[in-house]
Amino acid sequence: MTDELPRTDAAAGAAGGDALPAGQPLLRIEGVAKSFGTFRAVDGVSLDIKAGEFFALLGPSGCGKTTLLRMLAGFEAPDEGRILLGGKDIAQALPHERPINMMFQNYALFPHLSVRDNIAFGLKRAGLARGDIAARVAEMVALVKLEGLEKRKPDQLSGGQRQRVALARALARRPQLLLLDEPLAALDKKLRESTQGELMELQRRLGMTFIIVTHDQEEAMTMASRIGVMKAGRLAQVASPRELYEAPRSRWIAEFVGDINLFDAESRLRDGHRLVIGTRDAGTLVVAEPREAVGAGKLSVAIRPEKVKLSRRAPVSEAGRETAINSLDGVVADICYLGGTTTYKVKLDSGGILQASVPNSARLDVDAYSLNQHVVAWFTPDDCVVLSS
Amino acid sequence: MRKVSRLSHFNIASLALGLAFLYLPILILVIYSFNASRLVTVWGGWSLRWYHEFFNDRAMIEAAWMSLRVAVSSATIATLLGTLAAVALSRGERFRGRTLFSGMLYAPLVMPEVITGLSLLLLFVALNAERGFWTVTIAHTTLTMCFVAVVVQSRLGSLDRSLEEAAMDLGCNPVRAFVAVTLPLIAPAIVAGWMLAFTLSLDDLVIASFTTGPGSATLPIRIYSEVRLGVKPEINAICTLVIALIAVVIVIASLASKLSSSQGESAAPL
Repeated sequence: MTDELPRTDAAAGAAGGDALPAGQPLLRIEGVAKSFGTFRAVDGVSLDIKAGEFFALLGPSGCGKTTLLRMLAGFEAPDEGRILLGGKDIAQALPHERPINMMFQNYALFPHLSVRDNIAFGLKRAGLARGDIAARVAEMVALVKLEGLEKRKPDQLSGGQRQRVALARALARRPQLLLLDEPLAALDKKLRESTQGELMELQRRLGMTFIIVTHDQEEAMTMASRIGVMKAGRLAQVASPRELYEAPRSRWIAEFVGDINLFDAESRLRDGHRLVIGTRDAGTLVVAEPREAVGAGKLSVAIRPEKVKLSRRAPVSEAGRETAINSLDGVVADICYLGGTTTYKVKLDSGGILQASVPNSARLDVDAYSLNQHVVAWFTPDDCVVLSS
Repeated sequence: MRKVSRLSHFNIASLALGLAFLYLPILILVIYSFNASRLVTVWGGWSLRWYHEFFNDRAMIEAAWMSLRVAVSSATIATLLGTLAAVALSRGERFRGRTLFSGMLYAPLVMPEVITGLSLLLLFVALNAERGFWTVTIAHTTLTMCFVAVVVQSRLGSLDRSLEEAAMDLGCNPVRAFVAVTLPLIAPAIVAGWMLAFTLSLDDLVIASFTTGPGSATLPIRIYSEVRLGVKPEINAICTLVIALIAVVIVIASLASKLSSSQGESAAPL
């Protein structure tokens, strides 16, 4: 019956199951919506996920990412839309009828069962023979490096070990799709970083498809091959980590993912492949023409802090034309030393504040700039992103 | 550990006074149950005479047996119904009238026993039911069921919902998920609920006297009617036996819970 174990082995999982025609996504979400009372938690989300992808749903709390994940697992039924797994609509199927497994945020380990029985739980339900279960459990225990702890109960494990048990339990049934709900939120920073690496390595090795939900943009950027940013129940942008960071689609995304300097435009002028934009706080800025034509609406110019260079004197333009480089005069208003980099807040003569993140590449370069020192902040037109509000 | 060994004189005194307040009457009762004298208040040396008397008192033995049967069967039925009610209230969808239903379930907790007893008596008379073992059992079930529901519901409330979801995610249908995961985890609360119901039933005088019939008196009813004719030392012996029974039940229960919680530790060679 439905208890049958999905036949996606590690190898078949990479191809997304044998029935899947080339090019067809493993998972297709079509216009899915879900309301709780009058609150639209998920508001018409459409998304394709290919087999073997490591996809991250990123967004602030309450953006609907967890609700979307729970609809994929089957704990919530969508009000509208379809969820196709390998071409089959599973939107209304119950959790135990789906070849999908989930790793819960608080791990949800069964406290009355040992590590071994926790991992074997799903295999017993799948009706595997006793010998097969033992072999699979041993395989999973080795996979997540929990050898020797099989007989312990969850409350005798550390946070990191519990996280591994939860992962092994979710992987044991060899699901076509593994959902991870904030899997690393409960771990401390050091452990989180090493676990991120292990999860990525595991996903690559098994060739499985992972969907992770997180509110931590660094985590999403590190692990995922593609990120879907959610805002108020909708997908704001789906892109690779680099594209998301360097070419955010909106002002909101630019501010949500990493730090950014934003200047509102007051006038604009086309100059070949460049736009000359007048701002109130940073004077006139020359920026590269955006890939997509900008509308008539309000624009803003965005520059990431690490793209801003600081120097004591104005640089000599290499592009031959003085306007090729934006250089702004100001004084250092705040210094924040972070070890690898130092973030300077520069109070511009034109009125605005510009953040510059400067790598501390030389050990001897102690206090490169001091407070109230006059500096020139500069960046090229290609370092800027034009965003419509 | 350290704190315990560093009890101040004040703490020791207040502990002693508190324990004395609770257990001195019982201690005196136990001592006087071994009294050889016929007079309850006069000490006449050690003897097992009144225990012997009790075991030869057919009516008293029958009442004790009746009480035990009522307590076991009403506690069992109440545990079953109370657990089902608790599960429905904490796990079910938010159905209409849910608040009203949970309020109504807890009403017997605060209802004066006289009213519960009287209303049940009227019901049994109206139904023309023969009063005896079953009417007392049903009456005690209605009394103790809400206690079980309260105990089980509080345990269910503290249980993580995602445990059941995880079980479903791993291939259980909702019923199986409940049996495989939730039931083992609320088992201590169910056992506690059963014992609470058992002692409440064993203890009850008011409701039992309303709902019982001729020839089927429970132990409290029997004792109460004897005492009205004057306290016989035999009563002391019976009470001591009841205390011993309850003490044994409590010790077994605490041993069982300790054993189940230490099971994990012994399984893991550290």
